[in-house]
Amino acid sequence: MNVIKRNLVGAAGGGPGRDGGMAEPLLEARGISKRYGHVRALDGADFSVFSGEVVAMIGDNGAGKSTLVKALSGTLRPDSGQIILDGEPVTFTGPLDAQRHGIETVYQDLALAPDLDAAANLHLGRELYKIPFLRVLDRKAMRERAAAAFAELGVELPDMRAPVATLSGGQRQSVAVARVVSYARKVIFMDEPTAALGVVQRARVLDTMRRVRDRGISVVMISHNMPEVLAVADRIEVLRLGQRVARFTAAGTTMDELVGAMTGALATRGGEGSR
Amino acid sequence: MSAEGPAVPGMAGEPADAAQGSPGLREAQPADRRGDGEPTPPRPRPSAVTVIGRQLRRAIIANESWTLLALIILIVYFTVAAPGKFLTLTDLSYIAKNASPLLVMAVGETFVILTAGIDLSVGAVLVLSGVVAGEFYQHQPGSGANAGAGVILVGAVIGLVTGLAFGAAQGIAVTKAKIPPLIATLAGLGIATGISYLVTGGSDLRIIPARLASTIGNGAVAGVPWLIVIGFAIAIVAGLILAYTRFGRYTYAIGSNAEAARRAGINVDRHLIKVYALSGLLSGVAGVTSLAYFGTTTVAGHPTDNLTVITAVVLGGASLFGGRGSMFGTVIGLFILAMLQTGLVILAVNQYWQYIAIGVGLAAAVYLDQFRIRLRERA
Repeated sequence: MNVIKRNLVGAAGGGPGRDGGMAEPLLEARGISKRYGHVRALDGADFSVFSGEVVAMIGDNGAGKSTLVKALSGTLRPDSGQIILDGEPVTFTGPLDAQRHGIETVYQDLALAPDLDAAANLHLGRELYKIPFLRVLDRKAMRERAAAAFAELGVELPDMRAPVATLSGGQRQSVAVARVVSYARKVIFMDEPTAALGVVQRARVLDTMRRVRDRGISVVMISHNMPEVLAVADRIEVLRLGQRVARFTAAGTTMDELVGAMTGALATRGGEGSR
Repeated sequence: MSAEGPAVPGMAGEPADAAQGSPGLREAQPADRRGDGEPTPPRPRPSAVTVIGRQLRRAIIANESWTLLALIILIVYFTVAAPGKFLTLTDLSYIAKNASPLLVMAVGETFVILTAGIDLSVGAVLVLSGVVAGEFYQHQPGSGANAGAGVILVGAVIGLVTGLAFGAAQGIAVTKAKIPPLIATLAGLGIATGISYLVTGGSDLRIIPARLASTIGNGAVAGVPWLIVIGFAIAIVAGLILAYTRFGRYTYAIGSNAEAARRAGINVDRHLIKVYALSGLLSGVAGVTSLAYFGTTTVAGHPTDNLTVITAVVLGGASLFGGRGSMFGTVIGLFILAMLQTGLVILAVNQYWQYIAIGVGLAAAVYLDQFRIRLRERA
């Protein structure tokens, strides 16, 4: 218990360590509840994302992670509770609305069009035009912008014109991330970003997350992989049974503490203790 | 555990899988996945040679290359088998004129199939549009035989609008009523055919404006028959739209992954309705041009148009699962069928063999497509 207290993000410490000072979250969920019939997926869940951090959302199966992410990315409307962005309460009418607010999501299935090339996927729905009146695409400009976006993430694609179906799993992931990164202005949600990847690609995705953070965009990673979470996250928030039960700064936190909070072996109410 | 812990070794030692020398093919895993048992060689940076090799390989993989080869073989075969008869100018012109309505419909079908849909109603909508236009002319003074340009134009527009509206209705059935395209357009085929028979009472309208027949039907512009001009102009414009505009890009995207397109903010339903409406419109164009060409509504003359048109699109390399194909491929695919038809006639083979040939061609093309997909997924 004491061990955990030490690592909980205290009000005094403010937000993430790297920013040093301010404690105002960039995006915050307050008391979000959602029921599916008799199942209570979220039961007054809280969550906060500070600017310029990688925060991991962890929890056992059924803890409500996916539901909370859906609520925060506009895919799902909560029954009650508040979402606060930049200090203002917001209601997302849908994922596109959340995107307009600068919040993007990398879906587990990546949501790419496999027959289109990387540049086309990157710009899907946001094409650039050579002749705007006739909606004639500016393919060169899109390729150049895509190349720049990949370079920024340290991703090299062998062939920008190859359909993404012909790319490796890691490269496809990179395309999905690059797409999201080039449009997200505030927060990126990544749902199990490394689940389907090999060792090398995993490392690459984690590195990408750090780069994105260093560009000033916050990353929320949803993961089951504790070593990965500890490796890349600045902070960790734990959900259990539809509520936030603990918050940690990653540095100095051990896997046992995380597992303890996830399973309830160590009873903590982070929401109360930290503020 | 330090924050950098597990990540670093992999990062530093990894020779950016970007610089792979084996493009086109996927190179997912570091180890041998090419199936040739050789270990992966060191990865060179892409040089000019590999770039050319990559384009060559892509051309070889491209379905259009094979279809074009098939067309050339067919032409050579018929030319050798029937010297002096096949591939003469009159003959080519005849083939192209006959193929024109089919080409126009195949253009629309290409868009539909690229979205992973299908339009079985094309021939029936052709007939319906021709019948509606013909019926309009019928009610003009003198049964419209001497109708002027204005009346002819109005009739043509009525035909086109009929096709457009019918196609749009099918698009709405597919998107809003969630009726699978196969069924929605099969129902459309039945409905369009039924209306055509009801309107004509089963006997073709045989009087059409003389000026329509002498211009669009049998006339030429700068020596090139109108039918050919219309067919190719539509194919070229539609090909450009498909390859270079947002409309084309969305068509591919929806066929490739409709859910991804939706999440990217594309209004998938609206686009699909436009695509089905386009297919209907082009069937309407085909209806008006064949009315002009044949001088009659040919109510019973198009039961296998959908077979021909779909086969042409699939032969041209389009995947029935959507996302892959091109207008160029469709044009080649259609001319393979047109050459085949004429070639069989010239060789005095019973022309009913053509349906069997088309059916076999369709099945073979789809089989090859499945085979390619399996290859792609395995790799």
